[in-house]
Amino acid sequence: MALPLSYSIRNLWRRRLTTILTVAGMALVVFVFAAVLMMAAGLQKTLVETGSPSNVVVVRKGSQSEVMSAIGRQKAAIVEMLPQVAAGEGGRPMMAREVVVLISLKKQGEEKSSSHSNVVVRGIQPPSLSLRHQVKLVAGRLPRPNSSEVLVGNSIAQRFQGVGLQQTLKWGGRTWTVVGIFDAGNTGFASEIWGDVDQVMQAFRRPIYSSLIFRLKTPDAFDAAKDAIEKDPRFTLEARRETKYYADQSEMMARFLRILGTTLTIVFSIGAIIGAMITMYSAVANRTPEIGTLRALGFRRRNILLAFLTESLLLGFLGGGIGLFFASFMQFLTISTVNFQTFSELAFRFTLTPGIIIESMIFALAMGFLGGMLPALRASRLKIVDALRAA
Amino acid sequence: MLLAKILFKNAFHNKLRSFLTILGIAVAILAFGLLRTVISSFYAGVEAASASRLVTRNAISIVFALPISYAGKIHQVEGVKTVSWGNWFGGIYIDEKNFFPNFCVEPVTYFSLYPEFVLDEKQKKDFLLDRKGAVAGRKLAAKYKWKIGDTITLKGTIYPGNWDFVLRGIYRGRDQTVDETQFFFQWTYLNETVKKIAPVFADKAGFFMIGVNRPDIAADTAVRIDAMFKNSLAETLTETEKAFNLGFLAMAEAIVTAIQMVSFVIILIIMAVVANTMAMTTRERTGDYAILKTLGFGAKDITLLIFGEALVLTMTGALIGASLTFPAARIFAAELSTYFPIFLVSRTTIYLDIAAAVLMAFSAAIIPARHAVRVRIADGLRRIG
Repeated sequence: MALPLSYSIRNLWRRRLTTILTVAGMALVVFVFAAVLMMAAGLQKTLVETGSPSNVVVVRKGSQSEVMSAIGRQKAAIVEMLPQVAAGEGGRPMMAREVVVLISLKKQGEEKSSSHSNVVVRGIQPPSLSLRHQVKLVAGRLPRPNSSEVLVGNSIAQRFQGVGLQQTLKWGGRTWTVVGIFDAGNTGFASEIWGDVDQVMQAFRRPIYSSLIFRLKTPDAFDAAKDAIEKDPRFTLEARRETKYYADQSEMMARFLRILGTTLTIVFSIGAIIGAMITMYSAVANRTPEIGTLRALGFRRRNILLAFLTESLLLGFLGGGIGLFFASFMQFLTISTVNFQTFSELAFRFTLTPGIIIESMIFALAMGFLGGMLPALRASRLKIVDALRAA
Repeated sequence: MLLAKILFKNAFHNKLRSFLTILGIAVAILAFGLLRTVISSFYAGVEAASASRLVTRNAISIVFALPISYAGKIHQVEGVKTVSWGNWFGGIYIDEKNFFPNFCVEPVTYFSLYPEFVLDEKQKKDFLLDRKGAVAGRKLAAKYKWKIGDTITLKGTIYPGNWDFVLRGIYRGRDQTVDETQFFFQWTYLNETVKKIAPVFADKAGFFMIGVNRPDIAADTAVRIDAMFKNSLAETLTETEKAFNLGFLAMAEAIVTAIQMVSFVIILIIMAVVANTMAMTTRERTGDYAILKTLGFGAKDITLLIFGEALVLTMTGALIGASLTFPAARIFAAELSTYFPIFLVSRTTIYLDIAAAVLMAFSAAIIPARHAVRVRIADGLRRIG
């Protein structure tokens, strides 16, 4: 017969201060664990959602990002004529020639400091919008073609100075008017400013495109398109699916977060496991006569072992629950940092996925288990006579 | 003396518990120390910046270059002593994982601006004479086992193609705080090649490094340089090297802040563990305190005993942790030199370790001490276990 669960729960309640302190330690560890995972998940989600599997990005070979790439007008025209490019309105190819440059802008609330952040300015063509179904205009209007009017992504609009509707920006020796704000959801586009491609190229005196984006006629036509572009001796270009292109861009950052996160949580969990171990050892020591009594009543060694292990697992469960509870509030937080690979600003949100909840709970229970195993073993190994004599 | 003896006896009364607590503290202090070092290594570039060097770049953003003709004009500005220039090359050595900073620079002026890069006279001469020559830092050369005379090929990301260099020199840092993982080659090599493949990008410098006569005129000189190019096609932004490096860091601020916060979280976690230990210890010793009170010891003495005991535990842990930080940092530095070229445990970190230990002891002892002082003698004596 097993000891009832209420025995373990009541024991925890009896030593409230100790329980609270142990659980607090574990909750903090779980909080950090979950927060790091949420950050990595948020980053990946942002960059994966940025791409669409039926779009192809073409950049110059060897370029890690659009900023480094350069594609001449002639080459763009050749790519446009590929049979794999889908036809859009009026039979025109669904392809956008875009230019990407970085400008420095001041963040809000940093009026005094001289610090700037690099923001992506993307020169777009009319198909650019229909190629990105995630992008929706939320305020103002679309810029007129061939004008110095720009659209601003929602996360830029919130975070930077002088990018509200009808405000003007100065770069490239020109004044640009913000006429619209677009919502790009959780994608990287939300951290960009969009203007007319020819105007942007002219302003920066950079008469070459950075990238070409086109929709595939059928999603499985990718290999044929890739072959046609990469094997053509006229180009030194490479084609990637848009999803892969953005996933590659998050790789270094995601790896950094993963390494940092796992190292930290492993070190932290040592602290929490020790906390649980101290608590459980003292629980065993304080209750030696009680254990003796239980054994004398006929409870077996494994019942004792199980009771103490349950107690420790309960500690882990509570810690995990509380840690996750607080971590879930992190979802309201958006962090904006520089992506080292593209060197530009990227905003993403902490994202809690069911997978993270499960992983965190397993992690918390594992801490409880590791912390409680040795003390529970000691409790179960006590000899009845010795235990009873300890009273 | 007697007090110290009592404190130690008390602290190590329950050996297993003390051992576990100290182990926890040591691990926490070690982690705390390493995290602080990570943060300070982020700022290593800022610390190493000289106050008499200015950086001029395109005002739009760092990815735009400036015409090379600006060099002569900047040289005429009052207060300017040396002008050097260069481009960020961003080449990849074999694989993207093998990242190290690589620039092309105007070699003569660049090395005179950076006296902290120590280069042998003969090697310097060889480097200057060879257009394809390159100079690498000592740590970088050691990592990839490069010897003088080796050919090194970098794959260009900004400037396409494979670029061959001949290693002509290996520089050492003047002291430990100098980054020894950089790679330099001649600006003319880049420029001559670019002229052939993409003439639009030729005769341009990504940045100008400027040496001024005295550090106190740096700010005025910067303003004068920017005023000169105002309303031109390529407006400039000039700032001190320190501000320039800080600008890069500001972009990664979120990460630095996160690490900073996390380094305090570990202290909080271990605080809970120490507080737990102290709570248990004092609960077990309630009877002892009651006896002490009967003997005439006051609240002050008992508080001292509890605080002292906590301090003995945390200090022992902190000492072990702090002394482990140094070998750990050395391993860290060797493994992660790509991310952190400078990884030195600073004195401040050790002071912070001690401060954290004291803080842990106090926060852990407050509640138990209050409880022990308040408990009535009769209640204390009645309590068993």
